[in-house]
Amino acid sequence: MLSRPILRALAKAVAAVIAWLRAVSGDDAYERYLTHQARAHEGPPLDRRTFYEEREQRKWSGVSRCC
Amino acid sequence: MNKIAGVLLAAAGAVALGGIALHRHEPINALWIVTAAVCIYALGYRFYAAWVAARVLAVDPTRATPAERHDNGRDFVPTHRWIAFGHHFAAIAGPGPLVGPTLAAQFGYLPGTLWILVGAVLGGCVQDMTILLLSTRRDGRSLGQMARDELGPLGGFAALIGTLLIMILLIAVLGLVVVNAMKHSPWSTATIFATIPVAILVGLHLRRLRPGRILEASLIGVALMLLAVLGGGWVDGHALLRGLFDWSSLPLAGFVIGYGWIAAILPVWLLLAPRDYLSTFLKLGTVALLAVAIVLLHPQIRMPALTSFVDGHGPIFGGKIFPFVFITIACGAVSGFHALVASGTTPKLIASEADVRLIGYGSMMLESFVAIMAMIAATLLDPGVFFAINTGAGIVGAAPAAAVHTISGWGFPVTVEQMQTLAHEMGESTLFARTGGAPSLAVGMASIFGNTFGRGLLSVWYHFAIMFEAVFILSTLDAGTRVGRFMLQDLLGHVYAPLGRTSWYPSVLFSSTLIVAGWGYFLYVGVIDPNGGVNILWPLFGIANQMLAAIALSVATGILVKSGKARYAAVTLVPLGWLAIVTTVAAWQKIVSTDPRIGLLAAAHELSAHLAAGTLPAQAAATAPQLIFNQRLDAWLTGLFTAVLWLVILDMGRVCLRKLRGLPVAATSEAPYQAARLQPFALPARLPQEGST
Repeated sequence: MLSRPILRALAKAVAAVIAWLRAVSGDDAYERYLTHQARAHEGPPLDRRTFYEEREQRKWSGVSRCC
Repeated sequence: MNKIAGVLLAAAGAVALGGIALHRHEPINALWIVTAAVCIYALGYRFYAAWVAARVLAVDPTRATPAERHDNGRDFVPTHRWIAFGHHFAAIAGPGPLVGPTLAAQFGYLPGTLWILVGAVLGGCVQDMTILLLSTRRDGRSLGQMARDELGPLGGFAALIGTLLIMILLIAVLGLVVVNAMKHSPWSTATIFATIPVAILVGLHLRRLRPGRILEASLIGVALMLLAVLGGGWVDGHALLRGLFDWSSLPLAGFVIGYGWIAAILPVWLLLAPRDYLSTFLKLGTVALLAVAIVLLHPQIRMPALTSFVDGHGPIFGGKIFPFVFITIACGAVSGFHALVASGTTPKLIASEADVRLIGYGSMMLESFVAIMAMIAATLLDPGVFFAINTGAGIVGAAPAAAVHTISGWGFPVTVEQMQTLAHEMGESTLFARTGGAPSLAVGMASIFGNTFGRGLLSVWYHFAIMFEAVFILSTLDAGTRVGRFMLQDLLGHVYAPLGRTSWYPSVLFSSTLIVAGWGYFLYVGVIDPNGGVNILWPLFGIANQMLAAIALSVATGILVKSGKARYAAVTLVPLGWLAIVTTVAAWQKIVSTDPRIGLLAAAHELSAHLAAGTLPAQAAATAPQLIFNQRLDAWLTGLFTAVLWLVILDMGRVCLRKLRGLPVAATSEAPYQAARLQPFALPARLPQEGST
């Protein structure tokens, strides 16, 4: 049986991996953008859909993948 | 503490390398190679990279990065170094480091392995880190812009032309690899076809249903892709469907060309972006799984350290070990292409200059390790089997009996029964002459995964590996066509302004068609070539990629000298010199060698002599004129690459000499110093520990 501290450490590790995957894939990009908007006070933020549409256009306008 | 760790690492590395050296005439275990690799990377990262970052590049954590200065929450975003590492690694890692080592394994496991390790630690990683820092200091400017600003218009133009040509060759050769993997394999073809609607479904999910929920959409997509692998097996067992998906290479090439064209003109959200999310997850997952499986299984390497083919008579591609091992393995050792990514998206994510060592040097180390794993997967196969899969019918004959006879005659015994059993285990009708590297890598990966996680599933693992490589390749094909289109539009805009507008649909159609026609031509000729085509195209791609690396290193050297660091210029000048020698010698041999297996003009000459004498069979006579034209064209292209390379080197030399003589040179384009105010990075969530990619 796994003891409580080990389980807690495991849960933490899994959460960390998920957080990393979210960040690397761009899953949390909108949340980050909202945080930035709230701090910068640059007018009303874009809605979620528009933000992701713009993000994809930007990402695929330059060299973002390689051999 | 650090010193003790360093000494221990050095000792472990020495023991592992000693192990490889002492086992030269008996099979060695893959763990020796893995240990040697990890130790060399650790030493390179701990000592050389740290020294280059501190002394040569003078990395300054107190200097504000563009991500901090221009932070807009969109493209300029200060990002934690491990997340930026993930972004950068996902961007640089493609199918290149999987294919190159597989082909270079014809020389034995040792030459390729040593070049992957030394080339990465002293060349590729340094190039990636240097360009990343230089671009970060210049607000994330591209390599082409830096070449123009720091060297002059000539350097900038050369970089643009070089990039466009390499893109076309890269896509053609990768398309050829995919075609050869699908040829007469209903299972692979059905699975790869099915990945297209899966990607579109994911795209629709992200656009219409739940915008931006990338993780959930990708997990659904990856699950569907795994189902597609199993579904392909079902198709393969179905009498009627099997016939529908049993295609020969010419229609498959037509399919890949059509797919590339449609993917280039469709909006990115529908096919390109979702396919890329899926390929990123598959890439990270498979690389991690492969590393775990290799360590758990620790297979024996069956290929000798060196084969007799180092003398230039190799069946997979012609040419001696020098210079061709250094051309064949570009990605994984030094890849010029990385300089484009390191001077594009990534610099806009760097939170602190201190992070460039991990992100630039570290990501390339991991890519180099992927190449080492590909080398292990290729060399754990029986050498006879390896050559039977990778040698074209033009070399060993189309009949299995003739092929095994020739290959066994080289000293690598193999039988028809052995190949049939293997093909049956992998769920294929035959594995003879499946050139291009993907099928043999898939057989190697399937035996690693199968023997680690359950042998009954060999055929599923094989087709999983094929699907993984194909998804990789098709997303490079999409993205590459699109980038090529943007570059072409940029060029055409100078001729007729509206053509330069990237969103004007007639211009999109026109320029996409031109780019697809460019790589489609090389793909078509590769398909009709009886020797498999990869033997010609891959070295050409290698020369182009090394030429781009030499351009990047020239820009870096020029900037180092201009900023008064001439005494450290050797850091980039030595890899540049080596690449210049290797590329020039290889190009020279490809053009003037009288051996038709190496020299392009000699091959064209020989073929036209046969054609004139009427000694060719009817089918070969029909395609011969196209092959002859293509070989001559390839010779011209090779010459053009070499000319571009030396133009940039001479331009760099001119700028350096002026600087050293105290004459005026173009002012630096470095952004002025501004103090960093960003606090040591606060994270939105907890982060994984080191090494958890």
